[in-house]
Amino acid sequence: MANNSRLHIPRPTARPGDEPDFSYLDLSPAGSVDKPDVGARTRDVEYLSSGLVRVLDDDFEAKGPWSPDLDSEQLQIALRWMLLNRVFDKRMWQIQRQGRISFYMEALGEEAISIAQGMALRHGDMCFPSYRNQGLYMYRGMKLVDMMCQCLSNTRDMCKGRQLPIMYHSKEGNVFSISGNLGTQYPHAVGWAMASAIKGEDHIAASWVGDGSTAEADFHHALTFAAVYQAPVILNIVNNQWAISSFQGTAGGERRSFAARGVGLGIPGIRVDGNDLLAIYAVTDWAADRARRGGGPTVIELVTYRGGAHSTSDDPTKYRPKDEWEKFPLGDPIERLKQHLIHEGHWTEEQHETLIEELKAEVLAAWKEAQQFGTMTEGPWLDPATMFDDVYADPPRRLQSQRRRMLELEENGDDS
Amino acid sequence: MAQMNMIEAIRDAMDICMDKDPNVVVIGEDIGYFGGVFRCTDGLQRKFGEHRVIDAPIAEGGIIGAAIGMGVNGLRPVAEIQFADYIYPGFDQIVSELAKLRYRSCGEFFSPVTIRTPCGGGIRGGQTHSQSPEGIFTHVSGIKTVMPSNPYDAKGLLISAIESDDPMIFFEPKRIYNGPFDGDPDKPAISWASHPKGEVPEGHYTVPIGECEVARAGNDMTIVTYGTLVHVAIAAAESTGVDAEVVDVRSLSPLDITTITDSVKKTGRCMVAHEATRFGGYGAELAATIQKDCFYHLEAPISRVAGWDTPYPHAFEWQYFPGKKRMAAGIQRVMEAAA
Repeated sequence: MANNSRLHIPRPTARPGDEPDFSYLDLSPAGSVDKPDVGARTRDVEYLSSGLVRVLDDDFEAKGPWSPDLDSEQLQIALRWMLLNRVFDKRMWQIQRQGRISFYMEALGEEAISIAQGMALRHGDMCFPSYRNQGLYMYRGMKLVDMMCQCLSNTRDMCKGRQLPIMYHSKEGNVFSISGNLGTQYPHAVGWAMASAIKGEDHIAASWVGDGSTAEADFHHALTFAAVYQAPVILNIVNNQWAISSFQGTAGGERRSFAARGVGLGIPGIRVDGNDLLAIYAVTDWAADRARRGGGPTVIELVTYRGGAHSTSDDPTKYRPKDEWEKFPLGDPIERLKQHLIHEGHWTEEQHETLIEELKAEVLAAWKEAQQFGTMTEGPWLDPATMFDDVYADPPRRLQSQRRRMLELEENGDDS
Repeated sequence: MAQMNMIEAIRDAMDICMDKDPNVVVIGEDIGYFGGVFRCTDGLQRKFGEHRVIDAPIAEGGIIGAAIGMGVNGLRPVAEIQFADYIYPGFDQIVSELAKLRYRSCGEFFSPVTIRTPCGGGIRGGQTHSQSPEGIFTHVSGIKTVMPSNPYDAKGLLISAIESDDPMIFFEPKRIYNGPFDGDPDKPAISWASHPKGEVPEGHYTVPIGECEVARAGNDMTIVTYGTLVHVAIAAAESTGVDAEVVDVRSLSPLDITTITDSVKKTGRCMVAHEATRFGGYGAELAATIQKDCFYHLEAPISRVAGWDTPYPHAFEWQYFPGKKRMAAGIQRVMEAAA
């Protein structure tokens, strides 16, 4: 009966053992999508939601109207940040596998997004990230040692041991606190942007969700409010094809692009090659400029591929072909930028290898430093009494008395 | 002093806060041009403009989510949820975000949102316009929960709430917006004009959050309640001739337990009353704490009077609502019980 049901069940094109099949992905040749004026009417830019803005072609040349004005030094810096993100993730993954942190999430294959968008935004713009945007925190000045200490829940942990690893926050860097509940940051970004407009400031907000989280109500609340109030906000959808084991069709991506979710509400939606740093930078710059000029929100769908597992608790070989990433038609964002720089004569394989070694050393040094502030097995330890801080601006009496009780129990070692 | 009903007092509180602080904004459904379905924001948009008194799409989760973001960006949003029964689409934003933001970011980020919402029954509103969900929110660490029972407290508590850096759920018992209600639906409605708590000072004043008030002094027993039932409890006590002390909790969380336990230690008998369903309700927290602190003073078991554990029925409102008759029966039960 179940197999004869008329109910449509979305299925990915390939499961373990199958040949990867990305025929469902609509691709446009690099340079082929027109770049509209930043003040273009929303109805005149609808084509951006079905095309795919690409700058780097298969020969690593930058093509077309979206090719941004970034010099070779800026691109080398971008490459460095992306590599740092990858080297850091690899190290932290190993550290988790050694049992020295409880959990980790890597951004493998998606590094261009945080770095390109970080570059295209101004420091005063507020970022409301998802859990795979660690590159944003790095780009906005968070020290590696601080990120590691957060993952260790040690005495230097910015979250004072309250949060799962990778749930960073940075007031100084204007990067919001990561929530484990999916998509909740989207309406926050819109509200933040509304406040910016109310106050007459020209700071904009940006937020990120995955393809899976577009199904959450908060996604739709955010788009509605952004459209209604023309909030200066960039709403990014990182379509990495997989939400744990659910492919993007399970979130509703089978017949319409996620960028088109914006179009339905009167918001420009741009579909962009999420593994092309140049293209991401260009569309983000366009959207930021538009927002700053009072043109309202933009939805950007970044088409990419989740190169690794969802998290250290996940095993993707159970639900997708092992070699799917290798067959992903948009390649690896780091490799593509590297080859572009080499092609342009601004980078060499030797420089690349040297840089990776430098970054590995930098990450290793940070790890050594981080452990001095405590590990899961060795002190120094956080004071557990701090768990009662920051619940409210000032602790109410019941929390004060619970803190005293907890400390008595700690001292006495029993409940007598 | 001015005579105000609760609607006017609530509006006056927002008016004063908006005058004083340009960062105070109001957002909600029908609250701007129209002035709110209960008129609580009437005139505010004309005075402060569309950019500070913002009509919102019908999306409570969006209203609360956007208000959080506004608060993070330095505004002090007052979000109206048209009925407490409609608050649930915003529940995740309240519980997982608004309440936890300060904690999870160790004070780096916080959002001083006040959520105002009319609650409670007695208006023939049926299941979706009569609920009292306060116990769901008092259970959440990181938010404060308030419910005034009169215009004076409504204004003073709302100003405290808006000026507080902590997120606040501000419940407005809609049955007593226009006048106190003693629990007898057959009696003609009365206004706040003749009630001492309808006397409301003009200008800025606060009622501190975290303090109970003895609404009626007495010696025979203590009734701990809040919202509409404060008035029902006083009327029921007077109809039975029992000299009950009625404590108006006002601030459900944080809770001023001392005022309550001082009263119970004095009277030796206690009844807890609320409109919300009984099982797992806020009254259970009150009863447990009172029992722990007053055990050797109690001459009778602590009794609870509450809404039956059913959804709020439309046609059987006065069988469901803990009105004067049920409150009086509860009083008799506590007075007759021996230790």
